[in-house]
Amino acid sequence: MGRWADISFEARMATVEFRVSERAHIVVDSDVCRSCTTKVCVHACPADLFAPTADGGILFNYEQCFECGTCYMVCNSEGAISWTYPDGGHGVVFRHG
Amino acid sequence: MTDEQQAPDPPVFDAVVVGAGPAGASAALALARAGRSVVMVERGPFPGAKNVYGGVVYGRVLDEVIPHWWEQVPVQRWVVRRSTMILTDTQAVTLDVRSQAWGAQPYNGMTVFRADFDSWLAQHAIDAGARLLTSTVATGLLRDGSGRICGVRTDRPGGDLRARVVIACDGVNSFLAKEAGLLPRADATHMTLGAKEVLALPAGVIEERFGLGPHEGLDIEAVGGTAGVPGGGFLYTNRDSVSVGVVVSLNGLAASGRRPEDLIASFKAHPGIASYLKGAEVKEYSAHLIPEGGYSTMPELATDGLLVAGDAAAMTLAAGIWLEGVNFAIGAGLEAGRAAATAIGTGDVSAAGLSGYRRALEASFVLRDHKRLRLAPDLVLSDRMQQQYTKVLCDIAEDLFTVTNPQPKPGLVRIMRRVLRRHRVRWRDLARDGLDTARTFR
Ligand SMILES: Cc1cc2nc3c(=O)[nH]c(=O)nc-3n(C[C@H](O)[C@H](O)[C@H](O)COP(=O)(O)OP(=O)(O)OC[C@H]3O[C@@H](n4cnc5c(N)ncnc54)[C@H](O)[C@@H]3O)c2cc1C
Ligand code: SF4
Ligand code: SF4
Repeated sequence: MGRWADISFEARMATVEFRVSERAHIVVDSDVCRSCTTKVCVHACPADLFAPTADGGILFNYEQCFECGTCYMVCNSEGAISWTYPDGGHGVVFRHG
Repeated sequence: MTDEQQAPDPPVFDAVVVGAGPAGASAALALARAGRSVVMVERGPFPGAKNVYGGVVYGRVLDEVIPHWWEQVPVQRWVVRRSTMILTDTQAVTLDVRSQAWGAQPYNGMTVFRADFDSWLAQHAIDAGARLLTSTVATGLLRDGSGRICGVRTDRPGGDLRARVVIACDGVNSFLAKEAGLLPRADATHMTLGAKEVLALPAGVIEERFGLGPHEGLDIEAVGGTAGVPGGGFLYTNRDSVSVGVVVSLNGLAASGRRPEDLIASFKAHPGIASYLKGAEVKEYSAHLIPEGGYSTMPELATDGLLVAGDAAAMTLAAGIWLEGVNFAIGAGLEAGRAAATAIGTGDVSAAGLSGYRRALEASFVLRDHKRLRLAPDLVLSDRMQQQYTKVLCDIAEDLFTVTNPQPKPGLVRIMRRVLRRHRVRWRDLARDGLDTARTFR
């Protein structure tokens, strides 16, 4: 594989414009996640925003979110994810979508 | 002041359209052209800011509403070359179609960025008299005393928008259609995830690498190449960049334990793709869902005071060799706008009054194509298609062109028998799937 393929995840996300809102538009209830055996959100989220914690829960950061909906679609634990769009004008801005 | 004692506020608008994507802009355009007052509500700072697709719009649907659209559309390249690839880890079988006719009037496909295209189309609606509210989220449906939908709430202060008809063009996650009870809360089975990179490459390099003239473009669609996760890859040429990505089954992705950007990397590293991308650096990474279930997963398209169009109504046509959503969204949006205008004219905006929408779609390509191809989504993402037949096809092609002298050529039937045995495919299944395929794409 060539050098061009070796882009760090941080550099990858740095290519995207985010107008970060004060309000977290997605909230994850780590208590629910603790009893989740699959943790599919962790690898399925294209922005890699779900981080497993040592106590078996999830640490979630909403700031660099694509607002795609993958996480709430694949999560099968009722109540784990409260999902809304960011307030108008905030969130991701794609230039080459 | 109570609602019961006073007549409800008169609607401020004839129609409010939620979403200024292709469906919403088209609905607003049709309404404005019919002389109706209409406002588009768009949560992004400009139309297209939230939207991601692969890269090709088929523009003929615009002929009837924007004459000579090709002279003003913010096109990147006109697609004159289209390759459909079947990939295994180390093989590729490609059908490469080229037509110079596609690069001249009336044109066929064009690569275009959504920030440019959606803004351009919305501007046509504005020029026709529609209003556009950007940076505004429609947060829910407004209902009158009898429960009939009569507008939307927004996240602006005092931001209720009253209207005779609401048209939900709010895309794949449509929370309005969900609130109205038309769509399930979540439906991973019928979703795919598209993840994409736009990579910078000088125009001259693109033209040399892909065998293109100055304004000409290439569209590559691949089945496989996604590290065993059901789905495929794509590569589209823009003026001085290429859009490369994967589209994978959401359940398949969830089960695989693989990350989306790893799957892009797998596709980019495929020997049939890698050399095209040498030296190209990432300009933007993005992701978006696609409703791939097709006809059988479409919701009711009209209820009292509400119409649903585009991806909100699962109208992307995803049938393996075709991935078309923008043209379907435009076609549906135009009919939704027209049907709403007619219903407003007669004063009956109930589900019955709005039923002309569905009838118009039944007569147009939107539902005719979807009905005809309704079995395709399941077939294309089925295990046998994805896992076995890609390998079978590549092996047959490879064996056909492998010269094994001093042995004589084995002949096609022997090759097929050998390859089918290798991949444990029974003739019976092959015959049945062949028939299914023929029936699906008839
Ligand atoms: C990876 C990928 C590749 C694709 N490739 C192609 C292709 O090559 N060619 C093709 O024709 N199609 C393709 N498609 C499909 C195509 O993108 C969609 O079918 C098309 O965008 C649908 O248009 P729409 O107007 O219905 O929805 P969208 O384009 O999703 O527009 C919905 C709009 O509504 C806004 N919105 C949503 N909710 C709210 C709210 N509550 N309040 C205010 N605004 C809201 C959004 O910001 C957005 O602007 C692809 C899709 C993906 C994901
Ligand atoms: S968000 Fe859902 S999938 Fe992810 S860990 Fe929590 S419960 Fe599991
Ligand atoms: S919406 Fe998409 S990008 Fe945002 S957290 Fe969920 S999966 Fe990740």
